[in-house]
Amino acid sequence: MPDLLLELFSEEIPARMQAKAADDLRRMVTDRLVAEGLVYEGAKAFATPRRLALTVHGIPARQPDLKTERRGPKIGAPDAAVQGFLKATGLKSLDEAIIQKDPKGDFYVALIEKAGRDAIDVIAEMLPVIIRTFPWPKSMRWGARSAKSGSLSWVRPLHAITATFGLETEEPDVVKFSIDGIEAGQTTYGHRFMAPGPISVRRLEDYEAKLKAAKVILDPQARKDIILADAKELAFAQGLELVEDQVLLDEVSGLVEWPVVMMGSFEREFLAIPDEVIRATIRNNQKCFVVKDPKTGKLTNKFVLTANIEAPDDGKTIVAGNERVIRPRLSDAKFFYETDLKIKLEDRLPKFEQIVFHEKLGTQAERIKRIERLAAEIAPLVGADVEKTKRAARLAKADLLTEVVGEFPELQGLMGKYYALAQGEDASVAAASEEHWKPQGPTDRVPTDPVSVAVALADKLDTLAGFWAIDEKPTGSKDPYALRRASLGMIRLIVENALRLPILKAAKSALSGLSVKADVEALPNDLLAFFADRLKVQLREQGARHDLVDAVFSLGGQDDLLLVVRRVEALGKFLDSDDGKNLLAGTKRASNILAIEEKKDKRSFDGAPDAALYKLDEEKMLAAAIDQVKREASIAVAKEDFAAAMSAMAKLRPAVDAFFDKVKVNDDDPKVRENRLKLLNEIRAATRAVADFSRIEG
Amino acid sequence: MDALPDHMRPERSFQGFILALQRFWAEQGCVILQPYDMEMGAGTFHPATTLRALGPKPWNAAYVQPSRRPKDGRYGENPNRLQHYYQFQVIMKPSPPNLQELYLKSLAAIGIDSAIHDIRFVEDDWESPTLGAWGLGWECWCDGMEVSQFTYFQQVAGVECAPVAGELTYGLERLAMYVQGVDRVYDLNFNGREGAEKVTYGDVFLQAEQEYSRHNFEYADTAMLFEQFRMAEEACRKYLAAGWRDGGNQKEHLMALPAYDQCIKASHVFNLLDARGVISVTERQSYIARVRDLAKACGEAWIHTETGRAA
Repeated sequence: MPDLLLELFSEEIPARMQAKAADDLRRMVTDRLVAEGLVYEGAKAFATPRRLALTVHGIPARQPDLKTERRGPKIGAPDAAVQGFLKATGLKSLDEAIIQKDPKGDFYVALIEKAGRDAIDVIAEMLPVIIRTFPWPKSMRWGARSAKSGSLSWVRPLHAITATFGLETEEPDVVKFSIDGIEAGQTTYGHRFMAPGPISVRRLEDYEAKLKAAKVILDPQARKDIILADAKELAFAQGLELVEDQVLLDEVSGLVEWPVVMMGSFEREFLAIPDEVIRATIRNNQKCFVVKDPKTGKLTNKFVLTANIEAPDDGKTIVAGNERVIRPRLSDAKFFYETDLKIKLEDRLPKFEQIVFHEKLGTQAERIKRIERLAAEIAPLVGADVEKTKRAARLAKADLLTEVVGEFPELQGLMGKYYALAQGEDASVAAASEEHWKPQGPTDRVPTDPVSVAVALADKLDTLAGFWAIDEKPTGSKDPYALRRASLGMIRLIVENALRLPILKAAKSALSGLSVKADVEALPNDLLAFFADRLKVQLREQGARHDLVDAVFSLGGQDDLLLVVRRVEALGKFLDSDDGKNLLAGTKRASNILAIEEKKDKRSFDGAPDAALYKLDEEKMLAAAIDQVKREASIAVAKEDFAAAMSAMAKLRPAVDAFFDKVKVNDDDPKVRENRLKLLNEIRAATRAVADFSRIEG
Repeated sequence: MDALPDHMRPERSFQGFILALQRFWAEQGCVILQPYDMEMGAGTFHPATTLRALGPKPWNAAYVQPSRRPKDGRYGENPNRLQHYYQFQVIMKPSPPNLQELYLKSLAAIGIDSAIHDIRFVEDDWESPTLGAWGLGWECWCDGMEVSQFTYFQQVAGVECAPVAGELTYGLERLAMYVQGVDRVYDLNFNGREGAEKVTYGDVFLQAEQEYSRHNFEYADTAMLFEQFRMAEEACRKYLAAGWRDGGNQKEHLMALPAYDQCIKASHVFNLLDARGVISVTERQSYIARVRDLAKACGEAWIHTETGRAA
């Protein structure tokens, strides 16, 4: 079966857009093919800085024929209806229609046969539509045609289209279409500088090979492999090691059609700058890799660049040029770093009074004060020194005002740590600058130093309380202030460090410290519910049962996240055991019966059962078991020994089983019935010592 | 080029470098303009770009524009930062299909051979909040150094570009430093002569950099500048209002250019105030918006002038 080759040749496509564009092209073309009844065997898309390419192989040469039936008017229908039917179906007269029997009256049916079209014609129709509706993140108009509305938009000016269709063994046909003055053909062009001439191509195999001969590596993965292998090799040859960087590799491979990897160096004096600053300078500004000494793990004065040409002087000019550019960059970075060191972090703080954090939540200075107060409150709960914590909170954000962080925002926190150490701060205080931002995501490390933990919690709590107070909560996919991340961060800080932090109280304190008026009664509970949701999401992602979170939270007053998690864990283990499963079944049975009878009698069966009304041993045994379990479970819960509380619960199981085995709840004597229902209610009450069993699924 | 005396060669002299670019773009049919006689932050502000980019009539021009960035002053102490420098600006409307090739040829004309230098087009979406303008294009890199901006204007002064103009901006000092092989801008050979006859960029501009840095950061009269901003804004609006005429079946504007001068003025005054640090973060946005409003009103006026409209 024939194959399709498509290439859209343009001016340089932004590196960050290439991979998605290739994927979109493949998806759009193959979806359309399938929709047209052209089921293909395989497809692959490629991107270089100057071209998007796609091959689809094994496309049928023709669409299958389509037969459709179309129902018409009843026999004897008015002429207008008949004429309408003939017109819509293209039949010459009713003789061409068939008649279908129906008890409600026979009617005409037109059999329409639509012959499948040649695939190449179908493709010629679909490609212009796909090109015109291509989902570039940003597209533009250009040239003389842009004077008129409706001119083609593309990511950058589009210059040529190659589109061929045919069998491997034959000369393929050009898929004939034109779009905004560009005729599809089979001519593309080689490397911009090394082989700019036209190339005539037939199909993927010769296309890829001819491009390679014209100094273009079509496959982005191949370019990445070359860059990585050559870069490692260059470093290794000098006894050094490449600092690998996947994001940079992706970007660099999108900037070249013919990668040529070379090594340059810079003055050793720049190694006095922190490694991270050197790396950010070289990576962000120059798109070059840095190299380290495997023995020390420290950067060396080398960098690896990827050029797009093989130069006749073996790249000497290019390397020298890059070195000349990197020198002033590093010189700037060194200047920034040294300038930063001259100003103490605390001396930067007054500037925060001019910087608005959020128009409703005041300045950064106010926010820092709030964090300091909250951190001091939290410190004793996490075992942190209060004075150190206050100092850490005061300085933690100061590096936002430094030159280096202004230049490289990704170094926030880290620079604060370096500057704090340089001015002789306590190690914990300095560490908090970096650590208080953590954890940034579900895989980020959680800080453990108590000072960092206290500041990290205070920072996140202030953020959450603030945005809750001004009603800027996340909705759906919108979470512009990353509040979900903040709450998940707090959960991880608390649980992974086994901290006891009553959320309601902490939230109330945070809310009352804000300058905006906040409802300090309702909002803490609302925030707690948000934490519960995040906890459920997190547990679900870890494969735990999220319904158990509901079962625990619905007990009410559960604002100690560590205990909630412990309870959920114990409950999960218990429910995996036979005792747990059966007790859950028994409790559910009790709840169901109660629900039915409560509905029937329009009343609840609260209150203690009357021991005098017990008629059977099983009733007495259950009552005794409930008493014992309640007592034991509550002692265990008070000791926060949830495993013991669950073991206590397990003792309820035989009594519950025996009760349902032998006792008829709906006794003829209404007094006995009521008493038995009250006893069932007691089962429910007893289990509430550990969780609300009615919220557990299964 | 063979006939060129040594001291005029682009790799030997700054002025030869500029002349080579002018000559190249003149060959491509551009009118070679002289700098606009007002202070501005970039060559894009020149009405030959901002206003001429609008409307359907073809327009090809190239010129040097002294550009003032008050905040970038470094008292002459930084090797490559200046509060006053030269941009070389090319605008071609509609953008010709071979604009990239023309650009590469222009590099060759100033001594940058793309066979031994690594020339790259790296994504750079251009946006000017003060001009209400945006476009897509690239930073052009030579061996890892950004040497030009290449933009296809999509919108200028709030008006859609139809057709689209292509804009090239060369940072002249930086490029010349690269071509001459000097690391400090003040060491650039300005006139291409040697010995006693040699004039450097420092001879011409070092004192100015020192004096203007002092002015921009320490002494610029802020009370006067606030007043000037207000006056320029008011004058711009006044001229715009006065310029509208009912010209038969369509509205006409007769004073877009003088009004736009006041917009340029307001923009530069704002930059000076910003350098003096007397505009707060929140006020900053509102000043930018005020200049943008002027630019948009001028753009609207321009497309109703003889040169700016269709027929």
